[in-house]
Amino acid sequence: MINNSEILETIRMIQDEHLDVRTITMGISLLDCAHTEIETSCERIYEKICRRAERLVPVGEEIEREYGIPIINKRLSVTPIAMLAGVSGGDPALYAAALDRAAETVGVNFIGGYSALVQKGFAAGDRELIESIPRALEGTKRVCSSVNIGSTRAGINMDAAALMGRVIREAAERTADDHCFGAAKIVVFCNAVDDNPFMAGAFHGVGEGDCKLNVGVSGPGVVRAALSAMPAEADLTAVAETIKKTAFKVTRMGQLVGTEASRRLDVPMGIVDLSLAPTPAVGDSVAHILEEIGLERCGGPGTTAALAMLNDAVKKGGVMASSRVGGLSGAFIPVSEDAGMIDAARCGALCVEKLEAMTAVCSVGLDMIVIPGDTPAATISGIIADEAAIGMINSKTTAVRVIPAIGIPEGEELEFGGLFGSGPVMPVSRFSPAVMVARGGQIPAPIQSLRN
Amino acid sequence: MRAVISVVGHDTVGILAKVSSECARYQANVVEVSQSVLQDMFAMIMIVEISALTCPLSQLADAMEKLGKKENLVIHVMHEDIFQSMHRI
Repeated sequence: MINNSEILETIRMIQDEHLDVRTITMGISLLDCAHTEIETSCERIYEKICRRAERLVPVGEEIEREYGIPIINKRLSVTPIAMLAGVSGGDPALYAAALDRAAETVGVNFIGGYSALVQKGFAAGDRELIESIPRALEGTKRVCSSVNIGSTRAGINMDAAALMGRVIREAAERTADDHCFGAAKIVVFCNAVDDNPFMAGAFHGVGEGDCKLNVGVSGPGVVRAALSAMPAEADLTAVAETIKKTAFKVTRMGQLVGTEASRRLDVPMGIVDLSLAPTPAVGDSVAHILEEIGLERCGGPGTTAALAMLNDAVKKGGVMASSRVGGLSGAFIPVSEDAGMIDAARCGALCVEKLEAMTAVCSVGLDMIVIPGDTPAATISGIIADEAAIGMINSKTTAVRVIPAIGIPEGEELEFGGLFGSGPVMPVSRFSPAVMVARGGQIPAPIQSLRN
Repeated sequence: MRAVISVVGHDTVGILAKVSSECARYQANVVEVSQSVLQDMFAMIMIVEISALTCPLSQLADAMEKLGKKENLVIHVMHEDIFQSMHRI
């Protein structure tokens, strides 16, 4: 029997500490929609998405009401569209329009999968799709794009890294009067995962089944509250233990919601992503957890160690709580979406270089970072290559989502609103990697022994 | 199947009566009540059996929320499974 203090703990977590299920994301394979005529292909994907996801939003809302747990986002991910573009030829942006329409019809706010996997080279449709990304994102509201340019087994496709630097700049330029938002919908990955439920990097991997339901949990506020209840003299072993226990509870919630949603929708349950995803709301920040552990400011010395411990403890707690774990699993550090990160960046405690170090020990990578509007494409490519190298060598997923703030001077802020928050323009190094980026080619796959 | 109803607010006459008559209206059978009044704050946790509920649970939740707004109380209705899954292995 559940006792009153447990009931009150759960209610407090939801009401006061922002506990929620961040997203239920339906992954849909579009491989059976491919056709040599692009119009037919687009019609088929629209039809399949609408058929499969018809009840996603109502069922999500039903579960929210019955269980009393907020499910913030209901979203879709689809097969990387470059594969369909390779079969059909034609303008890939037509696919973006079809995805956008389908997302609007079923009532989801984002659909991911305007993607290409080019870690070892460009196949038919890949280059065309990548070059169309800025145009596709300018012309749509809900479509998100991701490109995998490297992996531990393949190395890094530097031609793709060079191309993505230009694509990100162009996406920001084309949406300059809309807070450069185009660039916020592009993620460049190394070691991208097939079952990620989080935007903007979600796509439905080619090894996945026809349709799956993946769940992303969240709860930085809950972890922080649990830590703040500990005495200041508690040692770090005790801190890690508390994080583990809290992560367990948070993940159980995600597992329950995922199982229930998959039963009601009659779609197989995919994975639970053991994530700590912040929001700009006060009290829902990963940076504040690090500060609760004992840092004056996130970004100062000790940050990487604290984050490594947090990330590891979240996984250890979560793994026990869920029967199927996957996705990106770990703490996210999107600067503009985290009140504590925003403050740390504003006061100069947090810089891009420190964030790069942090990405070596936590989930994903340089995320939602606003960089100066005059940053050259080659510099963005250099940042992408650095981040991909960390992922490639350490056999982990890394990613870059930076937003060049076109027309906004350094020191000012770019305001996205909602869950995307706002971010100060952060300085990047003025020294150019242009010659290296222009070389192109492939950085060979790394050796898997002699691990120093 | 059971649900947990939590009620928090300033203590006034008839809170328990109002909440339980709303339960009765939808055939939610009250099986356990624990309540306390600290200073003038009223807090109650009610466990109700919902197998014979005449409406979807979400509708009961809506009705309770409405009642809460009217009476200046915070009322939440949550399926018991959420507590079971969070606190029991």
